Amino acid sequence: MSNLQALSDKHAVSVDRLTVAFPHGNALLFALDDASFEVQRGEFVCVVGASGSGKSTLLNVLAGLDRPSAGRAHVHGRVAVIFQEAGLLPWLTASGNVELALELRGIEARERRELAHDLLARVHLAGFEKRRPHELSGGMKQRVALARALAQDADVLLMDEPFAALDAISRDLLHEELERIWKESRLTVLFVTHNAREAVRLGDRVMVFTSRPGRVANEVRIDLPRPRSLDSPELAVIAGRITERLKHEMTNGR
Amino acid sequence: MAAEIASRLEVAVVVLPVPRSPLHPAIRLWSGLWPKLGAVVIALAIWQLVVWSGWKPESALPGPWSVFSRLAADVRQPEFYMAIGTTLRRAAFGYAIAAAAGFAVAILIAQVRLLRRSVGSLLIGLQSMPSIVWFPIAILLLERSEGAITIVVIMGAAPAIAAGLLAGIDQVHPQLIRVGRAMGAHGFSLYRCVVLPAALPAFVVGLKQGWAFAWRSLMSAELLVVATNQTSIGQQLQSARNLPDTQQLLLLMIVIFVVGVVIDSLFGTLDRAIRKRWGLGGEA
Repeated sequence: MSNLQALSDKHAVSVDRLTVAFPHGNALLFALDDASFEVQRGEFVCVVGASGSGKSTLLNVLAGLDRPSAGRAHVHGRVAVIFQEAGLLPWLTASGNVELALELRGIEARERRELAHDLLARVHLAGFEKRRPHELSGGMKQRVALARALAQDADVLLMDEPFAALDAISRDLLHEELERIWKESRLTVLFVTHNAREAVRLGDRVMVFTSRPGRVANEVRIDLPRPRSLDSPELAVIAGRITERLKHEMTNGR
Repeated sequence: MAAEIASRLEVAVVVLPVPRSPLHPAIRLWSGLWPKLGAVVIALAIWQLVVWSGWKPESALPGPWSVFSRLAADVRQPEFYMAIGTTLRRAAFGYAIAAAAGFAVAILIAQVRLLRRSVGSLLIGLQSMPSIVWFPIAILLLERSEGAITIVVIMGAAPAIAAGLLAGIDQVHPQLIRVGRAMGAHGFSLYRCVVLPAALPAFVVGLKQGWAFAWRSLMSAELLVVATNQTSIGQQLQSARNLPDTQQLLLLMIVIFVVGVVIDSLFGTLDRAIRKRWGLGGEA
């Protein structure tokens, strides 16, 4: 027991020989096969992989939305998830979405509005409280999702290609925003993407996943000073190497 | 402002979009109303033409003018409101029970797999069954009472309401459920915060359809059961036929039509408000 305690003090996420298989006709489709890794508390880890590498499955298991077929996947502490799209409830305002997360956390009704207001201000959405999701741009929606994740008071933030549908400028701004919030709040972030540059821009560490079935193929520690620029040559070199590795994985996987 | 832009851009002509001044509310109301009024005028004109053609004597088929002057006289009589009141009270009572029952049945079917396989298909059958066929058995069991009428109204409206909500629950986007669960909602709170709000637009469509069925069923039932010695729209229709008093008959038909239109437009307003709020767009 004390061993586990010591472990959970240090690790925010531990994945041990995780296998997830789905029935596919008569056969089994392995989304993840024997994947193992750990994420330290406060660390920002990016997972890159081609489609079919089980990245989303990994997050779903960690969020408790899918069950592992074998092995263990554990998050030590509270989890929040940010999805690529359709992450907000369309009938609630920006503030309402954040307030719902507060409500489900058990915050009393009179405190919710003010807290939601503060959280939206933290992601630079002051004045947009009354807007509904369909009245917000893609970038603004993801800001609301970020505010809502903060409302959940999560220790670990799981992000599933959250900026993939955004234009380059919105994505750039949200990278800065996310980095700032991560630093301020001592969150642990597990960020899934198929974009190697984005992974190198954000991560302390980048894990490259193999394709079908998914497993950690390679791990790169990123020691570039923050804040990093997507356009810096150093970043491009590392991202290029990761992309090469991804291509290699994909051609071998076929 | 145009001159300023012109000097900056060094061009002679600047065309600025002119914001349309908001229309006066009365004008806006009129622009929505006149096509409907036009249709009513055309219908009345056809009616008048049929009367003028001399196909039937005026005593058998009165013209619109005499019916509307009769209506103008009747609306001053308390009995007129008593009949409408009784009918609307029956409609509201039966419809309220049907809404509650339809809601409960839909949730049960959505939750229990076995119920879906059994009762689910029954629901479709019930929906296509004219509810008035429940009337004979209801009369046998409850006699010619309010209860028999209520049963017919419930059997008319409840299946449509249940089917609407069930369709809404089935069509909730799986992603929204994942979002809710990721926020820590499960079981009852998942239903309250995610599933039911997401299903609301389809539920309102079911409620609207259920109302149409309830109103029809109630008219059929009231025409058949005259024995409850309460005055109601259906009972007045029957007695107008027996007299015969065609002015009264046509007048009551107009009343039934107007009640239907008014309540339907209430549902339409509710439906549009919800669609707008949900960001669904389009007019239903």
